[in-house]
Amino acid sequence: MITQALILSAILFALGTFGVLVRRNAIIMFLCIELQLNAVNVAFVAFSRLVGIEGQVFVFFVMTVAAAEAAVGLAIIISIFRHYETVNVDNFNLLKW
Amino acid sequence: MVEIFFYIFAATALGGGLGVVLSKSPVGSLLMMVVSLASLAGVFVLLEAHFLAAIQVIVYAGAIMVLFLFVIMLLNLGHDYQQDLKWGAFSVLSFAVAGGLAGILAREVGGDWQIADGVVPPGGRAIDAAVREHGAVGAIAEPLFTTYVVPFEITGILLLVAIVGALALAKRNVS
Repeated sequence: MITQALILSAILFALGTFGVLVRRNAIIMFLCIELQLNAVNVAFVAFSRLVGIEGQVFVFFVMTVAAAEAAVGLAIIISIFRHYETVNVDNFNLLKW
Repeated sequence: MVEIFFYIFAATALGGGLGVVLSKSPVGSLLMMVVSLASLAGVFVLLEAHFLAAIQVIVYAGAIMVLFLFVIMLLNLGHDYQQDLKWGAFSVLSFAVAGGLAGILAREVGGDWQIADGVVPPGGRAIDAAVREHGAVGAIAEPLFTTYVVPFEITGILLLVAIVGALALAKRNVS
C-alpha cells in the first residue's frame, strides 16, 4: 500500500510537470502546480506510515502554504490580465531575449 | 478490500489529473481538479490520515478551488475554448521529461518499502497509539503545538503577508 501510494505520487507529480510544460493558460498552469503539491502530500502521508506523525504535520504546513500561494498567485494573474487582457503566457514576453 | 478501494481512488485521481491537463475549457479543468482532490482524500483515508482527508476536502476542494473558480469567472474565461496546448516536438519532449521523472521518482521512492500483509509499520503503530490517546485531530495538534509551534506561528505570519499582498496586487488603481 505504501509502495503503491508512492508510485501514485510519482505519476501525479510527473503529470503536473507535464501540464505546466504544455499548457499555456496561466490559471491552468497554476492548477497543475497545485497537482504537484498534492502529489507531494500523498508521498508525505505515505511516509508518515513509516516514520511517524511528522509527515502529516508537514502536509498541514504544505496545505497552508498552498492556500497563501494560490491567493497571491491569482492576484498576480488578475493584475497581469488587467494589463494584457489575456492569460496566455506566450503573450507575456517582456523579459524574453 | 482496502487494496481494491485504493486502486479505484488512485485511478480516479490519475484520471482527474489527466482531465486537468487535457480539458479545453478552464472550468472543466477545474472540476477535474476537484475530482482528483476528492479521490486523493479517499487515498488519505486509506492511509489512516482521517483529519487530513477532511482538511483536503474542506480547504482544498472547497476553498482553494472556489477561489480559482472565482478568478476564472472574474476574468470571464469560462467560455474561452481556444486550444492552448502546445503540440508538436515540444510536447513530445515534455512528455519524455515528465515520464522520465515519473520513472526515476517511482524507482527511487517507490522501491523498497515492501511491508508484509497484516504487519503495521513502526510509524503507523505510533500514529495509531496517538489517535487512540488524543483522537484524530489531537494526534496532529499535539506535535503541531509543541515541537512545531514556531513553524506554526511563522505560517500564521505568512498567511497575514499573503492577505496583504493579494489585496495590494489585486486592487484596481494602484497610485
